[in-house]
Amino acid sequence: MLKFILRRFGSSFLVLLGASLLLYVLTINSGDPLKDLRESNADNREYLIEQRIDFMGLDQPWYARYWDWLTGVGKCVIGQCDLGTNRSGQQVIDLLGLAAASTLRLVVLATVIAMVFGVLIGILTAIRQYSGIDYVVTFLTFMFFSLPVFWAAVLLKEYLAIGFNDWLASPDPGFSWPTIIVVGLVLGLALQAVLAGNARRRLFTFLGAFVFTCAALPYMDWLNFARYPQLGPVVITLVGVAAAVGATVLGAGLKNRRVLYAGLITAVLGLVAYYATYGLLWDPNWLIILILAVVAIGVAIAIGRLMGGYSKGAATLVSVFTAVVMGGLIIVEHLFRSWPSYLEIVGRPIATIGSETPNFTGTFWEDFLDKGTQLLLPTILLALISLASYSRYTRASMLEVSQQDYIRTARAKGLNERQVILKHAFRNSLIPITTIMAFDFAGLIGGAVITEQVFGWKGMGELFRTGLEQVDPAPVMAFFLVTGTAAVLFNLLADILYAVLDPRIRV
Amino acid sequence: MSNEDGTPRNKPEYTPEENVRNGTGPSQTAVDMANLAEVEDAKLRQQTGKSYSQGQLVRRRFRNHKAAMISAVFLALIFILAFTSIGYAGIPGWWDKDYAAAGAVVNGGNPTLSLVPQWLGGQGIQWGEHPFGQDSTGKDYFALTMRGTQQSLIIALVVGIVSTVIGSVVGSLAGYFRGWIDAVLMRATDLVIVIPLLVLAAVLGQMSSGLGAGILPLALVLGLVTWTSLARLVRGEVLSLREKEFVAAAVAMGAKPGRVILRHLLPNTVGVIVVNATFAIAAAILLETSLSFLGFGVQPPDSSLGLLISQYQNAFTTRPWLFWWPGMFILAIALSVNFIGDGLRDAFDPRQGSRGKKRGIFGFSGRDKALNKTTGSTAGPGGKDVPGQPINGSGLGGLLGGSGIGNP
Repeated sequence: MLKFILRRFGSSFLVLLGASLLLYVLTINSGDPLKDLRESNADNREYLIEQRIDFMGLDQPWYARYWDWLTGVGKCVIGQCDLGTNRSGQQVIDLLGLAAASTLRLVVLATVIAMVFGVLIGILTAIRQYSGIDYVVTFLTFMFFSLPVFWAAVLLKEYLAIGFNDWLASPDPGFSWPTIIVVGLVLGLALQAVLAGNARRRLFTFLGAFVFTCAALPYMDWLNFARYPQLGPVVITLVGVAAAVGATVLGAGLKNRRVLYAGLITAVLGLVAYYATYGLLWDPNWLIILILAVVAIGVAIAIGRLMGGYSKGAATLVSVFTAVVMGGLIIVEHLFRSWPSYLEIVGRPIATIGSETPNFTGTFWEDFLDKGTQLLLPTILLALISLASYSRYTRASMLEVSQQDYIRTARAKGLNERQVILKHAFRNSLIPITTIMAFDFAGLIGGAVITEQVFGWKGMGELFRTGLEQVDPAPVMAFFLVTGTAAVLFNLLADILYAVLDPRIRV
Repeated sequence: MSNEDGTPRNKPEYTPEENVRNGTGPSQTAVDMANLAEVEDAKLRQQTGKSYSQGQLVRRRFRNHKAAMISAVFLALIFILAFTSIGYAGIPGWWDKDYAAAGAVVNGGNPTLSLVPQWLGGQGIQWGEHPFGQDSTGKDYFALTMRGTQQSLIIALVVGIVSTVIGSVVGSLAGYFRGWIDAVLMRATDLVIVIPLLVLAAVLGQMSSGLGAGILPLALVLGLVTWTSLARLVRGEVLSLREKEFVAAAVAMGAKPGRVILRHLLPNTVGVIVVNATFAIAAAILLETSLSFLGFGVQPPDSSLGLLISQYQNAFTTRPWLFWWPGMFILAIALSVNFIGDGLRDAFDPRQGSRGKKRGIFGFSGRDKALNKTTGSTAGPGGKDVPGQPINGSGLGGLLGGSGIGNP
């Protein structure tokens, strides 16, 4: 194994070296770096040209410039990275730090959401192969594959952001009856397709969802939910208990009372925590949130282990899941509490451009809301697009696995469908998906060049794009250095993961 | 792999029992003597009544794939519309306006296309003077969109050819010769893979746009960066095929490497190549529009769908048609190509039964059929482990592997 890793490292290093040379030569030959100055009418034109030639080393031959860059990168080994300067003399390493931070904030959340929901949808469509929902999801997947990102981004801006902002700014933001009925119909149809069953059960699911929507939306209007949203202890408790029960159904089956009680106790403790931490969370900081989160997870694990008995593992999982849901609900409640005051500051909440409102000052939660609303649109866009591929891969992988003999064996020995799907099929189908996820994390650091451009986000993509436009190799190479190294490392990681997860594969 | 033996093509001609082959049903002796696969063959033949060549099977399966067939027809229509309307390379088309000629803006540039008949209160079904409207300088937007569509289709064609040729040549050489040739070629492939696709394409696109010779250099460039995943796939296929007996036989009869690769190996990888090429084409169309949108692709006096969107994205609130038309055309082209690729993959998939199950696009009947087949085994979602059912979309490999747009 060690030999394999070392050999891979060696060849990857050579490949990176070659690729960097290729990209460097291509970049400096892609145009004229002095074009804008040649056409300028500034008085000190000659001086500016001299200065830029000096910054970029244009008076040297290409191999000397490349060598300069390479030795600068080589110093990273001793901790003194020098990625050169861009054409106006700024240190690229500083720019890179800022860009990487901004990009990671943009992309990590979207990728995590896409992974979780993509895998869930993939399982669902595999279980319900050739059903209505399978065909609809397949069609949507193909559509998201074929969607030009920049085009979809403008649509989102127009209909989601501007539409929502206008709606919120209107004197009486409420749902009209046609909207309520359409939402109800869509929700009902989707839910009956997901839950499936015989015609009777489908009908009841549909009607239930429809009636619920028709009652809930006017009620929310009556509460003026759009401007003064709140969950309240009742909703928090209900959702928490539902999470506990749902997790138990999936994780162990309702008959396993130990697991169920572990989840329910966690939900109740979560409600207690809601009141106990209310003052503490009035205007917290990240450290407090982090400590509270660690405490919550710790307590949940303790409950799971104490209550679990013979099924400790499942009980711990269920109670941790419930704790996470409760924690999320508490945070949402505090965000809701700060929503009216945030609206007063900003006015039109969903931003279409930039990564934060300039000169924004507010409480912790208002700041949180500001960052969150700025993230909303790009996150939705990126998540939708990568979600499509994850759901597709998961579906294919699940179908592949469910034709294996051991699945038949599992059914034959009388396991119920939950155990067959989650324990036997899903776990094994995760092996190829894990490696794909590793690849994706590598691509993630490269950011989303087009999304950043559309939403005016100053990240890695921006760094690359301006660098290339100005025929300035240093930023372009810095971008490549990060993405290329990440690609190589995560490729290796994927191979190792594959071997670890699947004992049939030996390196 | 075992199912490959299940198709009639591979059936040995010397089946011991004639009654098996003639479809009179396997007798006891036949079962004893013939191996199981041959009996399966005979059953299959009994059911279909006719045997098909591999090519016929593929064509039949493809024609049975409704979504793919609709997409193929749709794509052909778009192709005809784009090239006959404004003409190409000096040949005039039936549309009299030029995409580069500015004119007076009529009626705020509103589109004159109307599909609502008069008796429904509309303006009647009419084409009008400027069906897709006009841009701010009075250029006819229909002509502009058609020009952009032409560019996208040319990109599709050129990328399809260039990347397929490079990919299959590199892959088959590496797989057949192995050794140092393999090492060098595959490291070269890694070299291209490790640079993010969009970055490489943007840098090369920037260079090619300096040449100013229209769309062809850009198309060639896109072909030069999208061949990597195909090379890897073909290499994998060739590595396993070259160990088969027919290759040994060809070599023993004195066939030169060129002949072995061209006559014996590549025809057997045609499924992988065709399917991958389709997805590479879809990815390349999107890549070109993205590059043009970012400003590294087609440059202004000429037009491209991505460029149109980039130019008019701020006009969305006031003149939405400037934004809708090019986007819809990109979506339509890419979606059709993707569906055709899906249909081709299903058609080339040996796991498919020869009587390819008919699937509707939104066919709700599929599930019931699947359930009927498994009545008695598992209730509810049990229809998924019916043997021989197609695994649709077993990885949108080409699209997501190397040739997808890595950075959306």
